[in-house]
Amino acid sequence: MKQLSPITIVNGRIVTSDGIREGSLHMVDGKIAAQAEGDTVDAKGRLVVPGLVDLGVFAIDKPAFHFGGITRAALMPDQMPPLDLPSRVSYIAKSGKPDLWVHPLAAATRGLDGREIAEIALMQEAGAKGIATGRQWIADSGVMLRLLQYAAMLDLPVFCHAEDAALVGDAVATAGEYATRRGLPSAPCEAEAIAIARDLALAEMAAAQIHFRQVTTRRGLELVRRAKKDGLRVTAGVTPAHFMLSDLATAEFRTFARLSPPLRSEADRHAVREAIADGTIDVIASGHDPRGPEDKRLPFSDAEPGMAGAETLLAMALSLVRDEVIDLARAFELVSTNPARLLGVRAGSLVEGYEADVAVVDPDKPWIIQSSKMAATAGNTPFDGQPTQGRVTALWKGGVRVEI
Amino acid sequence: MTCTDSSPHAARYPAGALAFPHRDLLGIGQLERHEILFLLDEAEQWVALNRQRSKHVDTLAGLTIINAFFENSTRTLLSFEIAGKRLGADVVNMHAAQSSVKKGETLIDTAITLNAMRADAIVIRHGSSGATGLIADKVDCPVLNAGDGQHEHPTQALLDALALRHALRERGEAAEDFTGQTIVICGDILHSRVARSNLLCLQALGASVRLCAPPALMPVGIEAMGAEVFHDFDAALEGADVVMMLRLQSERMSGQFIPSAREYHHLYGLTKTRLAKAKNDTLVMHPGPMNRGVEIDSDVADMIDRSIITRQVEMGVAIRMSCLDVLTRRTRGVEGWGDIA
Repeated sequence: MKQLSPITIVNGRIVTSDGIREGSLHMVDGKIAAQAEGDTVDAKGRLVVPGLVDLGVFAIDKPAFHFGGITRAALMPDQMPPLDLPSRVSYIAKSGKPDLWVHPLAAATRGLDGREIAEIALMQEAGAKGIATGRQWIADSGVMLRLLQYAAMLDLPVFCHAEDAALVGDAVATAGEYATRRGLPSAPCEAEAIAIARDLALAEMAAAQIHFRQVTTRRGLELVRRAKKDGLRVTAGVTPAHFMLSDLATAEFRTFARLSPPLRSEADRHAVREAIADGTIDVIASGHDPRGPEDKRLPFSDAEPGMAGAETLLAMALSLVRDEVIDLARAFELVSTNPARLLGVRAGSLVEGYEADVAVVDPDKPWIIQSSKMAATAGNTPFDGQPTQGRVTALWKGGVRVEI
Repeated sequence: MTCTDSSPHAARYPAGALAFPHRDLLGIGQLERHEILFLLDEAEQWVALNRQRSKHVDTLAGLTIINAFFENSTRTLLSFEIAGKRLGADVVNMHAAQSSVKKGETLIDTAITLNAMRADAIVIRHGSSGATGLIADKVDCPVLNAGDGQHEHPTQALLDALALRHALRERGEAAEDFTGQTIVICGDILHSRVARSNLLCLQALGASVRLCAPPALMPVGIEAMGAEVFHDFDAALEGADVVMMLRLQSERMSGQFIPSAREYHHLYGLTKTRLAKAKNDTLVMHPGPMNRGVEIDSDVADMIDRSIITRQVEMGVAIRMSCLDVLTRRTRGVEGWGDIA
């Protein structure tokens, strides 16, 4: 569906990378425009923000995305079957339209098994906006180097999962007092820094653009910080779980807190918040992975990792603003502008000529996160029962109003 | 001997259910010191009964106890079965190998099924940490943890405490608890639920605990639980009153943790020579099953004056009778046990 008539959102606080300006935002022919003559919508002093671009989700879950103000989502290749063929990629690329754009990430290797490089160039032509290693690290350094070289040639970013596979084994928790008390199989948090160190070295050799989807430890963040200073083409992301929660949340063996990578120590949680503040972290994503009871109502180490995060992404990012970790403009760089830039799409900013993906947000609206009342296909949130603030009150995808 | 429901140690504990205000026994971590002592004291009557010719009472007559073992076990299962039968309960054993678990049924569905059969107590062993707690949330009757993954094995720790109490008493060292005792636990600490439960239990009863293992078999951060960590067995044994040996749990190991059994025995095997470096009356314990010649030599395991390994097995039945008795008091309507906080 195309935008039929021009729309002007008036009386808004418009969030741009330069800060907040009060005034109007115009949308014409699906794009953000300098001016428009048509219908007006009153934002009543609320925030007018770019629709969220959720980088690295595991399921297409439209009601949850729309609830959370997400207008674009980059889908991880970890599907059944995996996105390792051009036909699957082109099917997925069309699957959300018109009111949600799904950007498929091509599987780096066939079957995501970390051995044979998949047909990445063909998948790029079919609509893939990046390459992802999936939930796993590619253990074979030779394969990883060739992958990065190939990606550099195609000018596609590589989205990596950073956990040394041999150190992690069948671990479900971060080694430390809490894992030990609960007798959970655990791996040292250094598994992340070791993986990042190798991948950075290989990316530098290949002159590739690399994005670590989740960097969750102090040492891992240190490496990214230094690599950025050295001029490498590296970016880093994180999900709210790792800046809101630590391994304390796994008490009572709560499987909604079973994540990959696992929750870390309180010290690492603080390191993540510092990295968000100082610009080491570029992206906050939901990692949306709805899991029903068949995956979660199990003993902790038998449960599948993952959380349904699309609905809480915005509120959690706004909590960083309330805690004075970042300002509002930076919050939307993290959830909209930067992920869109990484995907190479003209969206994620309220800039003239960009896609009119726009949300009106009441940043103070209080609500309680309730697992049983979520719009997602499953309510596996580690934030169940937690009061929070910030809700989307209106949403447009390409200038067309989306019912929420 | 007459066995009644009224506690023989009533004066030492709060009245009725306040002495043990838990529906389930999931771990030592949930227990207060006086609750541990209560279970030990309650077990004494069953130690006495078990030494008589006729070992049967009707305390739990009419109740059904299900032993649901999702992981192989010989001694713990047998011990729970004997305990239930001696108390007069109807005891049913469910082995995972023969159950619908193999047909893809989830743990929760199995639990709900057992619950629907109106068990009065369910004893569970499962390979995953926290599994017994998960089941306890879904059933209406008391749940006893007979070992969950690498988390806890509370009845093992309780029986070890009871065996140690008896051994010390026979030496004339009868004390309220284990204050002043130094206890070494040596072996595969990483994979051991027995080590975790014993650490918690022995510390609650006043002992100082040393843990000894090569680094790969020592869990990270265990010092935070109050243990003193050793990698040198000889150093750990110095001045030790008790040494508890653990088996290498090869079935839980993924990858290589030690170079060979021979080398492990060289560094961590309890030999007569090594034991001589401790005190001249250091007691030797082992939760079983033993790997003779690996973590413990036969001549040490069989030392009549030092090894209390068979005593541990004996106390196991009494402790499990104590736990089954105490946890079913509410169901049985024992006076003062109606309301559990």
